[in-house]
Amino acid sequence: MKAKIYITLKNGILDPQGRAIQQSLQALGFDSVGEVRIGKFIEVDLCETDATSGETTIKAMCEKLLANTVIEEYEYEILET
Amino acid sequence: MNIGIVVFPGSNCDRDCGYVLSKVLGQTAQFIWHQERSVKGMDAIILPGGFSYGDYLRTGAIARFSPIMDAIVEFAGRGGMVLGICNGFQMLLELGILPGAMLRNRDLSFICEEHYIRVENVNTPFTNHCEPGQILKLPIAHAEGNYYTNPVTLSSLQANAQIVFRYCDREGNVTSQANPNGSLDNIAGIRNAAGNVLGLMPHPERGAERLLNNEDGIYIFRSMISALEAHKLLQPV
Repeated sequence: MKAKIYITLKNGILDPQGRAIQQSLQALGFDSVGEVRIGKFIEVDLCETDATSGETTIKAMCEKLLANTVIEEYEYEILET
Repeated sequence: MNIGIVVFPGSNCDRDCGYVLSKVLGQTAQFIWHQERSVKGMDAIILPGGFSYGDYLRTGAIARFSPIMDAIVEFAGRGGMVLGICNGFQMLLELGILPGAMLRNRDLSFICEEHYIRVENVNTPFTNHCEPGQILKLPIAHAEGNYYTNPVTLSSLQANAQIVFRYCDREGNVTSQANPNGSLDNIAGIRNAAGNVLGLMPHPERGAERLLNNEDGIYIFRSMISALEAHKLLQPV
């Protein structure tokens, strides 16, 4: 299976990169642009077949290394391959 | 004193720390490769600045799992003196020995210049040679030095005098203009509750010799040595 993991700064934490992109988009005339948040996308191949244990593994990876939960939150989707 | 300096792939201030400790201050500096598992015989540990593991994922996030770290966590837990400078500070945050995390600098740029910091607490093993409110001029060199923590932790840092250094102007005023990176409460360095672990973003090792026209960093190293000598924080494994 394959996991797609998305990590972003928590809501309420200033995201200077997101803000710079937001201002840049607005300067280009994309007037409808609201807040922009930037984050990381991580793809992990897993040699597991059981969805539940795969999910447990992914969650542990996020908590232990991939995200710093002091400032970041994560989401993931698991795809059968 | 025997001071261990941990070397990670990508460390680049390890030699500077070693030079200041051995050549300027006459101490014994010993380099410890991050793959080692013991800090036996060390009186203090320095996690130096640099770009461990290329700053991949997050600054300090991968170094935090180096084999040597278990020994350092244990050493710090027993009251051993640990100083984290710049990337070393980021590692201490990732380890959770110090609270909070680093965000990208407010203006997104890598900042490499001298800045003023005010000593907010002189009752620490890292600042006992400083006067209360003393202003130090030290180089900073980082892109992720924008200190963040939640409001509850910030209050407790403030209440327990754990904020040891704040960015200030030349006169010592702590203002937003004097804050180079957007750090919460102008934080440049904090200590743990027990007081034996300090992390700071400025580089005392880059300004500790007259030849460099900046000796302010020496206050921090001299403080450490005095504290080790006076309080016998020696705790051999």
